[in-house]
Amino acid sequence: MQELQYPFDGEYLLKKKKSLRKVLLAKECQRLHKKVAVLGGSTTHDIVKLLELFLLDMGIEPEFYQSEYNRYYEDAVFGNEELDRFGPDIVYIHTTSRNVADNEFPQISDTREQAEEKTEACFRHFTQAWEALEQRYGCTVIQNNFEKPSCRLLGNMDAWDYRGREWFLGRLNQRFYEYAQRHENFLIQDIDWLAAEYGLSKWNDPLYWHMYKYSPAPGAIPELAFNLANIIKAIYGKNKKALVLDLDNTLWGGVVGDDGPENIEIGQETGAGQIYSEFQTYLKAHKDRGILLNINSKNEEDNALAGLSRPDSVLKPEDFIVIKANWEPKDENLRRIAEELNIGEDSLVFVDDNPAERHRVQLGAPAAAVLGITEGQEPQPERYIKVLDRSGFFEPVRLSGDDLNRSGMYRANTMRKKLESTFEDYRQYLLSLDMKAEIESFAPEYMQRIAQLTNKSNQFNLTTLRCSQSEIENFRADSQYLTLYGRLRDRFGDNGVVSVVLGLQEGQRLHLKLWLMSCRVLKRDMEKAMLDQVVKRAASRGVKTLTGYYYPTAKNRMVKEFYGRMGFTLIEEKEDGSSIWEMDTDSYKPKNTVIQIAGY
Amino acid sequence: MTRQEVFTRLDEVFQDVFDNEEIHVSDETTAEDIEDWDSLDHISLIVAVENAFGIKFGMGQVTRMKNVGEMADIILEKLG
Repeated sequence: MQELQYPFDGEYLLKKKKSLRKVLLAKECQRLHKKVAVLGGSTTHDIVKLLELFLLDMGIEPEFYQSEYNRYYEDAVFGNEELDRFGPDIVYIHTTSRNVADNEFPQISDTREQAEEKTEACFRHFTQAWEALEQRYGCTVIQNNFEKPSCRLLGNMDAWDYRGREWFLGRLNQRFYEYAQRHENFLIQDIDWLAAEYGLSKWNDPLYWHMYKYSPAPGAIPELAFNLANIIKAIYGKNKKALVLDLDNTLWGGVVGDDGPENIEIGQETGAGQIYSEFQTYLKAHKDRGILLNINSKNEEDNALAGLSRPDSVLKPEDFIVIKANWEPKDENLRRIAEELNIGEDSLVFVDDNPAERHRVQLGAPAAAVLGITEGQEPQPERYIKVLDRSGFFEPVRLSGDDLNRSGMYRANTMRKKLESTFEDYRQYLLSLDMKAEIESFAPEYMQRIAQLTNKSNQFNLTTLRCSQSEIENFRADSQYLTLYGRLRDRFGDNGVVSVVLGLQEGQRLHLKLWLMSCRVLKRDMEKAMLDQVVKRAASRGVKTLTGYYYPTAKNRMVKEFYGRMGFTLIEEKEDGSSIWEMDTDSYKPKNTVIQIAGY
Repeated sequence: MTRQEVFTRLDEVFQDVFDNEEIHVSDETTAEDIEDWDSLDHISLIVAVENAFGIKFGMGQVTRMKNVGEMADIILEKLG
């Protein structure tokens, strides 16, 4: 829903939240159900209402628990039956500078040691809450940091003297960050930045605090909720993956086909050129952290490439995975880009200065996100970075090595396709790839990637069981479960962890609760290598029968017959399209003949 | 802005906030008269009214208003 994308009208959202909710719920779409407990130091009613709108729009249907006003600590540390019954997937602790009591701050008469001790005391208050939540629920905890204080008794000294409140809150924030760096399931929401961006004097409204215990002020709540929704959607793998960029007046000023590549605005010569260069630099940094860059431009391809090949162009043709520079409608180009990348249209963000083109893509490819980078007909390059940055489409919660390599992996894929076309026999091609796989039980260094895969894989996913990292850790620790990940490397590079299997043993039977594979290694026989290992390990645990399950979704038709192809027998097919399959482990013959199984 | 115009705009705000197009407010309307008007939605209402008229109520004013008529009086006073 365009109203819920940045830049949104917060006043409108606050006023119309009831009717917007109805409209969102009436839309037929599959959403993840997640339980979010909001433990607040202030009234969280509107935070929850707005968070619900943004999450529904991002494909997550939340259910909420809210603590009583300012009972966040008691709920976390002592728990309560209602929260236990609720069983949160995520706990969000919302506290602000208002929740630090006067006597918790350093006093003017305090020594440096006393001030430090107060920081630690306040920090302990929070770590007690986080640790208790971790133990009781093992779920992800999101804690916001502290925004700057609204007044400064010591003026500018408040920032650097140990008796200053600004100094104190900054120290406390540092302690929070150190905790986040050491705890995988603990994330920080940076309201210190958000309040500064929004304007501290608007963020903090004494009337709404003292009358209604609102902190921040109501006007800031849409910003807060949107920001939080971006973190939550990132946890559940709903980030976008690729940018689809226009060229003329988006990546440079002017029209390359009319003006000629020598006359477009880019580089350091003019102010406009500098603004476009800054935007290109910002986009290039996206590529470096794993966002795939693509072009969708109405241009002759030669002109497009000439523009990008200027020596002062920050982005070069080789920074892009797919370049569509032609006269086809842009929604069609966008669909082809999704196909060639082998990712869903809902993983794309379209960036174009022309409102008519944006409208066309909105209608023709409604699943893709369209960035509202301009307000009228004029290009406004000075807004581009801010709008893209604040939209939160690519909000990371952790950066994995895979993320950083992604562009390289997609480029390696295009090279594999070239090699494939030189072989007539497909098996010879597979052998020429010189593939080596590491297939082992879940290992600590891959937990994050494994959880990420369970939330991101849609097509080659038999049961679409979504798991948080803490759930993955629980499976690993529970001996009833057979866990396997598969990592695949070949002559063009390392694909990283690409397959996950999870089986629950019940006597001589192994129920395959989860079987997924990344589409980047389709048709490489990796699934056969995985099955070989599943059977081998299951048999050594005394398993005689494997039971496979297929649960249909809108996206996983490709594996409807997967178990059949792997030699399982169909036991039952239900009306809803789901099916149950079985296979004996005794008579199993290994299937993989092209991948070498080895440690790395 | 006339008192009548204030009421017309208040009707729109109430209809949006409570998502009910049948609401029409009068001088005597209070929280008792509107089903969803609880203490939490009261805050949404105050915010929406402030935004609709581009004003901010003072601490004394929010506590003093006893019905929509008094709210309209304060709005007219603020708009001057």
